Amino acid sequence: MPEPVAFDPTPSQTVGPFYGYALPFPGGGEIAPTGHPGAITIHGYVYDGHGEPVPDALLEFWQAAPDGSLAGGAGSWRRDAASGGFLGRDGIGFTGFGRVGTGADGHWSVRTLPPPPAAPYLAVCLFARGLSRHLFTRAYVEGLGGEGELKGLAGERGETMLARRESGAGAREGLFRFDIHLQGEKETVFLDFG
Amino acid sequence: MTLTQGQIGTAEEAPARGRVGPYRSGALREPSRAPVLVGGDPEAVELYGPVFGVTEVTPLDADLTRQHVGDPHGERITVSGRVVDRFGRPVAGQLVEIWQANASGRYAHRRDQHAAPLDPHFTGAGRCLTDAEGRYAFTTIKPGAYPWGNHENAWRPAHIHFSLFGRAFTQRLVTQMYFPGDPLLAYDPILHTVTDQAARDRLVAAYDPELSVRNWSLGYHWDIVLDGPAATPADPEVTA
Repeated sequence: MPEPVAFDPTPSQTVGPFYGYALPFPGGGEIAPTGHPGAITIHGYVYDGHGEPVPDALLEFWQAAPDGSLAGGAGSWRRDAASGGFLGRDGIGFTGFGRVGTGADGHWSVRTLPPPPAAPYLAVCLFARGLSRHLFTRAYVEGLGGEGELKGLAGERGETMLARRESGAGAREGLFRFDIHLQGEKETVFLDFG
Repeated sequence: MTLTQGQIGTAEEAPARGRVGPYRSGALREPSRAPVLVGGDPEAVELYGPVFGVTEVTPLDADLTRQHVGDPHGERITVSGRVVDRFGRPVAGQLVEIWQANASGRYAHRRDQHAAPLDPHFTGAGRCLTDAEGRYAFTTIKPGAYPWGNHENAWRPAHIHFSLFGRAFTQRLVTQMYFPGDPLLAYDPILHTVTDQAARDRLVAAYDPELSVRNWSLGYHWDIVLDGPAATPADPEVTA
């Protein structure tokens, strides 16, 4: 084994307001293969401490494949060597990774495959102007058996990590709602992995 | 009012997480509660992470001076270094993304309306994969300083934004690289969200004549150490 020499970590700095031409990519929220019949959609809003929508947050998602694999896969986007642009995903593979920005109304959505019962959540990493460091949370998909686990993590506040079946406008099978409150009474539980 | 170095956070007055210092944009965004510590689950999804490959990066993506038909204005630079974990083990084959302002201090972003010229030959976004030793390298233009609204006459020091992935999602890092000798470093509330001087110094690249390219570019060296646990230690062979 290598010597356990501790190097000091490079500090985090805010993503700032101007990442929009560099980090988002076409199809960033289309994690599920094209036309997959088992796909689910998770959507929601990001709110600040006054309950106002956050229009410039960037969210990343990482999850296990439905078969439990955490190996991931390349191909979240494909670069076009001819034009220097983006070709999007190939529509077949499952990379387990997504990245979307919020719109002017603070809204975002991803379409993905349900995570496995052994790890029934999407890991969520949120970046925004004003945050010196990104925030981790989890979106446990309702009905996959993770309700006990999120209570174990954070008690009653663990409910803030539950992506619930959408009951409001547009409610349909396979549509889940996951709002993120950065601050305040409804503040989402954020996670620290040590 | 002019801020002086002494008025910006020092180690003695380090803001706890959730308390906002001189960087005002966080006032309604930084969570007020401490994060919940997750430990002891070796199957946590976050101990693994996304992977990237040849599909996501073309060789030209690492040269920000060759993305348009003409040459961009400014001082051409080479920025290179290694990405390692806390044990010094290389983070190989992982994605490094950068973005930055042009030589005049203007971003190619519609919401940046700073009265400095856009450069039709410079966008300011690039990406590459680290090699087996964790090394990355970019050719770009030294970005300019620019004003922002945090306080009276606030100017950001020249910086390049970096986005990094490790072997695990827990090692995710977005940060900014600064340039040595910049007088604005003493006054920048964003750099000073890092309250420890030694830690701030780790965000400043070093001029490295070995990386300069003859008659072409000035070289800067900046190594990056990713924090956070991963499920599987790196292959000890690669650290030999």
